[in-house]
Amino acid sequence: MSDWMMELKSNIPEQRILTELADRYSYSFDASFGEHLPEVVVQAKSKEEVVQIVRIANRYKVPVYPRGQGTCLSGGPLPVHGGIVLDLSQWPEKIDLNVEDLTVNVSPSVLTANINKEAEKHGLMYAPDPSSAHVATIGGNLGENSGGPRGLKYGVTKDHVLGLELVTPEGEIIRTGGQTIKNVTGYDLTKLIVGSEGTLGVITEATLKLMPKPRAEQTVTISFDEVRTAGLAISQVLTSGILPSKMEIMDQACIRAVESFQPAGLPVDAEAIVIIELDGHSQTLEIETDLVREIMNEIGAKDILIPKTKEEANQIWQSRKQVSPAIAKIKPTKVSEDATVPRSKIPDMMDRLNEIREKYNVELVVFGHAGDGNLHPNILCDQRDKEEMRRVEQAVEAIFEAAIDLGGTLSGEHGIGTMKAPFMENELGAVGVEMMKRIKDSWDPNHIMNPGKIFAEKGQKLVLTDD
Amino acid sequence: MSLQEKINYDKTFDCVQCGYCLPACPTYETMERETHSPRGRINLVKLVAENKASIEDLREPIEKCLGCMACTTVCPTNVQYGQILEGAKEVIEDQRSEAGERSRIEDFLFESFFPSGKWMHTLGNLTWFYQRSGLQAVANRLSLTQAAPLHLEKFERVIPAQPSPKMRAKRANHYQPEIPATATVAFFTGCVMDGMFFETNQHTIELLVRCGLEVILPEEQTCCGALHAHAGKIDDSRNLAKRNIEAFEESEAAYIINNAGGCGARLIEYHHLFEEGSDWYERAKRFVSKVKDISQILIEVEELEFTKPINRTVTYQPSCHMTNVQGVKTPPLELIKKIPGITLKELDRPDFCCGSAGIYNIINYEDSMEILDVKMKDVCGTDPESIITTNPGCLLQMKLGIEREGATDTMDAVHLVDLLLEAGPCVK
Ligand SMILES: Cc1cc2nc3c(=O)[nH]c(=O)nc-3n(C[C@H](O)[C@H](O)[C@H](O)COP(=O)(O)OP(=O)(O)OC[C@H]3O[C@@H](n4cnc5c(N)ncnc54)[C@H](O)[C@@H]3O)c2cc1C
Ligand code: SF4
Ligand code: SF4
Repeated sequence: MSDWMMELKSNIPEQRILTELADRYSYSFDASFGEHLPEVVVQAKSKEEVVQIVRIANRYKVPVYPRGQGTCLSGGPLPVHGGIVLDLSQWPEKIDLNVEDLTVNVSPSVLTANINKEAEKHGLMYAPDPSSAHVATIGGNLGENSGGPRGLKYGVTKDHVLGLELVTPEGEIIRTGGQTIKNVTGYDLTKLIVGSEGTLGVITEATLKLMPKPRAEQTVTISFDEVRTAGLAISQVLTSGILPSKMEIMDQACIRAVESFQPAGLPVDAEAIVIIELDGHSQTLEIETDLVREIMNEIGAKDILIPKTKEEANQIWQSRKQVSPAIAKIKPTKVSEDATVPRSKIPDMMDRLNEIREKYNVELVVFGHAGDGNLHPNILCDQRDKEEMRRVEQAVEAIFEAAIDLGGTLSGEHGIGTMKAPFMENELGAVGVEMMKRIKDSWDPNHIMNPGKIFAEKGQKLVLTDD
Repeated sequence: MSLQEKINYDKTFDCVQCGYCLPACPTYETMERETHSPRGRINLVKLVAENKASIEDLREPIEKCLGCMACTTVCPTNVQYGQILEGAKEVIEDQRSEAGERSRIEDFLFESFFPSGKWMHTLGNLTWFYQRSGLQAVANRLSLTQAAPLHLEKFERVIPAQPSPKMRAKRANHYQPEIPATATVAFFTGCVMDGMFFETNQHTIELLVRCGLEVILPEEQTCCGALHAHAGKIDDSRNLAKRNIEAFEESEAAYIINNAGGCGARLIEYHHLFEEGSDWYERAKRFVSKVKDISQILIEVEELEFTKPINRTVTYQPSCHMTNVQGVKTPPLELIKKIPGITLKELDRPDFCCGSAGIYNIINYEDSMEILDVKMKDVCGTDPESIITTNPGCLLQMKLGIEREGATDTMDAVHLVDLLLEAGPCVK
């Protein structure tokens, strides 16, 4: 047994140090691509334990890979250089609400949806609502700066974090930010850490911002004969003086996939649908709903559907949550992209995606948070078909290129991880990437914290096949 | 058949590792590692097919799976976990039978399990029960160390009082209602139900007859084969299926009624045991189309009324197999609500398995009790006088749970059928 393993064993209870092959393989993947076997999985349940583990790793220069529930779509928790997977999902759940201050303190393992559930008991909400909120941890959300449909109006994870407790790669505990909305004391380390994909340390606690829960919601589903028209409709609504809380798009393939899993009455013959949620006072909702109706009629929407009951509306949003996994029924391997463009460029991006689908002859479907330009083009393919996978690799590169051409970004919310690392320079330029690397070097001098992510290794390319 | 085929390698590709099933899985919650989650198990099956892990690596995670199928109801890509699990069990069983540890363990079971007084009394002809019920198949799978702490005394305490052999012998094969029969149904008695809950079976017949149904008990019927399949003995399970299909074909009944969620789940999947397009497949399909849980039949009888109020607070613990495999969810609840005077308090997480899972609670006693404790916390939150269930395994497990909570004086566990009969059912 190596020295570092012995030290781990003398500091952490044995049943939480997993070395059996079956256990190690069970932490070798996430919801994206690739399989990397760690040497050991350690399950931490307190910050003191995290400090111990990180200090040992730093001393022996063993890589540490923080992991929540492994639902990442960009390879964030994958132990690409072996070493230690640090499983944080079994940490006891803590949700301490501070109703008067509209804040909440949470442990990293808390499932994001549970924070909102607690907040709702007090007429409050935790706004970020990634589709995976019922399975993913807040630690993972902070790592990836996750967003959801409500991001359109309320912003993404980073807009709701007031302060963090972090174990640095050298095993020191720091606190960033605080409990207040306003805070300009020094550099804003909180924002630096959120979205750093676990490369700057392990988050052991977070203070989050809550908001009053809107009084009422109104869902409207609009169907279109053409995807492009759907894109135009989105811009129209957003420039009409209304700010919906959610605005989602799904193309036909996505609609059919979710309807076949759990019918919610979505129109399966539409080329695309846009689902809007308005929130606020019920009178305002009536006025805004009429306005949406007018815009849609004018632009030539095919049909407007207003759910009759709250249950019907919930069913529609429930379906929306299932899209990402459900489309895998089309073909078994799913390559999820997350390219984001300025909202006015959505119709153009739709055109470019169409061209890519045809040029590379790939099964490309689109859904996403259209209101903020965050599309999720997904390519369905079969990992076992090497020739197809090569075409998929080319198509993915073309998607990135299109997004950057249109003034957009590689990733709106899923993160860079392993797959998108080779494309960082295209978007940020060599100096831009270099400045980020310098930050990483000074935080993590031994490069033990989630190495192999965000920054590409020399000559690294996008590879979707195992060999 | 190649290992890859047997272990359903192709089906593992349906899993996109999204993790949506994680919060639904009881063993992931209590055992606290991904290895004991649906996503982890499917991944290991895939790795075995790819030769990256051995069958031995797969054994524990598969044996610790409850087979409750809660994961399948939440899976957005419709992964056929049931088939993946069964394939994995078969492969594990094949490997084990080559190793040949069998006879010693069988001896052990015969020496300490069966000679135990109360079990003997309860189950009448034990050898019959042993062979029929699939316990034999299970015994083969146990390793000695696992078999050692069987905690049989815990189970003995909760077995109901048994009717005399005379009572058993008195049962007829055919029952006519007093009013002209509206239809003829066949009753699948089930070996555990018939062995331990004979009276509930009698009540089931009584209920059906009161609803104006002619009831036949085909004599040639046998065990459903669920335990055999759980133990990886697919061939045995298939043979039992054939015998049941034949027995019930002869009865020409409109429906095949059962009152055990676990058996029902097996019965409605009989066609999976045969090759599509084959004669047996077609016969199995016809059989399957007639299989109904008793609650599904009763809820269809519109004129059914309950005349005796039951002033009691109850909660309902659904059988996982009934919910997740048969898809029968609301009929039991609707029936309970029809009883005058009753207060139904639903559980917070009804779909969380109670941990009985066939004979999981006998083989994996400690793991099962951890799951049961989670369940009982939820149960006690509703502060019921009775816990209503629809499966013999769940019923015994709930009784164990009540014992563990020290609540035997204030709480009991009751089969839905017994509750309904107590409420004085009659048809207008
Ligand atoms: C079906 C599906 C739908 C999804 N929908 C959305 C969506 O709508 N919006 C969205 O933004 N994302 C979505 N995702 C992506 C994913 O759920 C999020 O990225 C989520 O935040 C990951 O959380 P996790 O707990 O699974 O973390 P993991 O996947 O385990 O980890 C994610 C990253 O965070 C790091 N990390 C985890 N915990 C900590 C910690 N305590 N300290 C430091 N670093 C840590 C890891 O190292 C890794 O880099 C979806 C994924 C799936 C499978
Ligand atoms: S929900 Fe289905 S697809 Fe997702 S991880 Fe579980 S089994 Fe796999
Ligand atoms: S069958 Fe039950 S115990 Fe087994 S993996 Fe599925 S949810 Fe978990």
